[in-house]
Amino acid sequence: MNIRSQVSMVFHLDKCIGCHTCSIACKNVWTDRKGAEYMWWNNVETKPGAGYPTTWEDQDKYKGGWEVNGDGKLRIKSTGKLRVVPNIFHNPHMPSMDDYYEPWTYEYEKLFDAPEGADQPIAEPISMVTGKKMSVEAGPNWDDDLGGSPIYAANDPNLNGLTEEQKLQLMSVERLVFFYLPRICNHCLNPVCVASCPSGALYKRGEDGIVLIDQNRCRAWRSCVAACPYKKTYFNWFTGKSEKCILCFPRLETGQAPACFHSCVGRIRYLGVLLYDAERLEEVAKMPDDELVEAQRSMILDPHDPKIIHEARRCGISDDVIESAQRSPVYKFVMEWKIALPPHIEYRTLPMLFYVPPLSPVQASQNGDVVTHTSENLFHDIDNSRVPLKFLANLLGAGHEGPVRYALAKQKAVRWHRRAETVGDVDRELADRMLREADCSREEADAIYRLTSLCTFEDRFVIPPMAREQAIEMMKDPLQEKAETGFGFVGGMRKGL
Amino acid sequence: MTQHTFDQFLFVGLPYVCLVIFFLMTIYRYRTQSFSYSSLSSQFLENKQHFWAVVPFHYGVLIVTAGHLLAFLVPRSILIWNTHPLRMFILEVSALAFGFLTLLGMIGLIVRRLGNPKVRAVTVLSDWVLFALLLIQVVLGVSIAVFHPWGAGWFSASLAPYLWSVFLLRPDPTYVAAMPWLVKLHVILAFVIVGYFPFTRLVHVLVIPNPYLWRKTQVVRWYSRR
Repeated sequence: MNIRSQVSMVFHLDKCIGCHTCSIACKNVWTDRKGAEYMWWNNVETKPGAGYPTTWEDQDKYKGGWEVNGDGKLRIKSTGKLRVVPNIFHNPHMPSMDDYYEPWTYEYEKLFDAPEGADQPIAEPISMVTGKKMSVEAGPNWDDDLGGSPIYAANDPNLNGLTEEQKLQLMSVERLVFFYLPRICNHCLNPVCVASCPSGALYKRGEDGIVLIDQNRCRAWRSCVAACPYKKTYFNWFTGKSEKCILCFPRLETGQAPACFHSCVGRIRYLGVLLYDAERLEEVAKMPDDELVEAQRSMILDPHDPKIIHEARRCGISDDVIESAQRSPVYKFVMEWKIALPPHIEYRTLPMLFYVPPLSPVQASQNGDVVTHTSENLFHDIDNSRVPLKFLANLLGAGHEGPVRYALAKQKAVRWHRRAETVGDVDRELADRMLREADCSREEADAIYRLTSLCTFEDRFVIPPMAREQAIEMMKDPLQEKAETGFGFVGGMRKGL
Repeated sequence: MTQHTFDQFLFVGLPYVCLVIFFLMTIYRYRTQSFSYSSLSSQFLENKQHFWAVVPFHYGVLIVTAGHLLAFLVPRSILIWNTHPLRMFILEVSALAFGFLTLLGMIGLIVRRLGNPKVRAVTVLSDWVLFALLLIQVVLGVSIAVFHPWGAGWFSASLAPYLWSVFLLRPDPTYVAAMPWLVKLHVILAFVIVGYFPFTRLVHVLVIPNPYLWRKTQVVRWYSRR
């Protein structure tokens, strides 16, 4: 057994209000500089929706992630050891800026400088790449809240496998329904960006599993951008280096939650350590689609088990980190309650960001405002939900409804249980039956309720001690470094020599 | 200035100046400015013309350069190969073909840089100077192939000894001094490009990713142990 610790995440989609505060926090801290304007290390998408970059989930187009080939070997879809050499000059699966959007600003100074005339002066959009006037045709949230849904949301790759009726149901004006999907780098266990880098510039930090790009070793071969199926490595067009979410490691190392976590208005984000067995990586990544969710869970180890603790110590994991893993909210959501699921695990990168599927729009009634359920099936409205189960399954269950239905049923049971407890207008026996059918005890339901609704800052973010104090002694004024590449660059950021 | 001192300057002084600059600066830049070692790809900004310019240029220039290098390293073998007219003909035609491929790619690169506003925005002065030097050099090379054919033969017989004399620190410009002016210009410009090399994006040639082919799939960095 080769036990490693991984800083992991849970996003509770039921609580996301789509306010984009996380995106703005990240933007202001990390990507507010030349070449990175178009990057959103954290972005929030409306689902169904085309996403950012447009239809990133369509791997027939982008060729991201891994695939198991004919002779049972795991291989990078977009490139490979031998294919990297002939394709190094032109990466055939590289997305271009048009797949994201051209960043722009406005000629604000025209509002002041324009000569006096008959018309009001206007601030026209200008490209942040060329500095010339441009017409804005796309943006990072172009189909936010289903804006232009027949044009954008209709292209959501997760709609594959839905009946025409279900698709219509999602889009028809009176009944349309959507939820939000905040996305950051998943800091995968089997990161395909790392595996694809010809220069070996990308790496996973051994101690906490954060995936980073060594800016001094990146040579702009662009393989990571093509390989990442979540499109969470970005190409800085100005410096000629790839960049990605760093999980705010300078904040984590000082015991603070990452900026997007810290600023989250809906308090949907949880962060904590998971221990896993790195030896089983390849075996798990090769499992058939319908076993992947369970297989990934089987890699994650119980930090309370004395045998695991003993083994973890042998692998050099400190007692502080083991203790942190025992208190991890992520472990509860993913392993104990099994209501958090990895996004698109069929890409086989084993993402370590898990989503609690949203119940809210699912549970909302189909006719009128009364939730109906029959005695034969207490979870009637989950199976006939407004967001078709198949859609959520495409996103969070590798196309298989089982784990998603389990997570939704348990959440619904928790709601009915709490309703019976606090309001009392729900039959206690019915609530207990729902709990039983949802594989949930009263104690577990209360625990889920507490960590979902009453969670404090300390409950949500259990940050392991990273003991990197020596490495990150900052001798510089951070404000002076704003709009530059980051700490540690003597001459600031510039292109080439 | 006599012809002799002129040759000494162009074919002895200049090469050494350029070579010294090349070695000192590439190492210095790698050690102090490794962030600046990048291919500075612009594929992200323009993805369609990119293929038709970059791919022909790189394959052309790589093969042509490899040909020059081969004639420099193993001139005897080239001359033996050329003893058969058909083989000599094949070598000549393929060299010319790849020369033209390089030229087409080079023109494509420049047209793309000029034509696309986004790509132009990331093109700096040193890029334009480099493109100009490379274009002239490729045009000279192709012209030599057309006007002074059978270069594989005379390069191996006359230029390879000159280059060896430079590298073995016993410079002897007499070989090259007798060459036609097209060839002389080509040689001079080659050294100028070598000297200019460390100040340009060309340094990405030196960081081609060889370890990728035999490194482990996943890369993990430990700070504390292992």
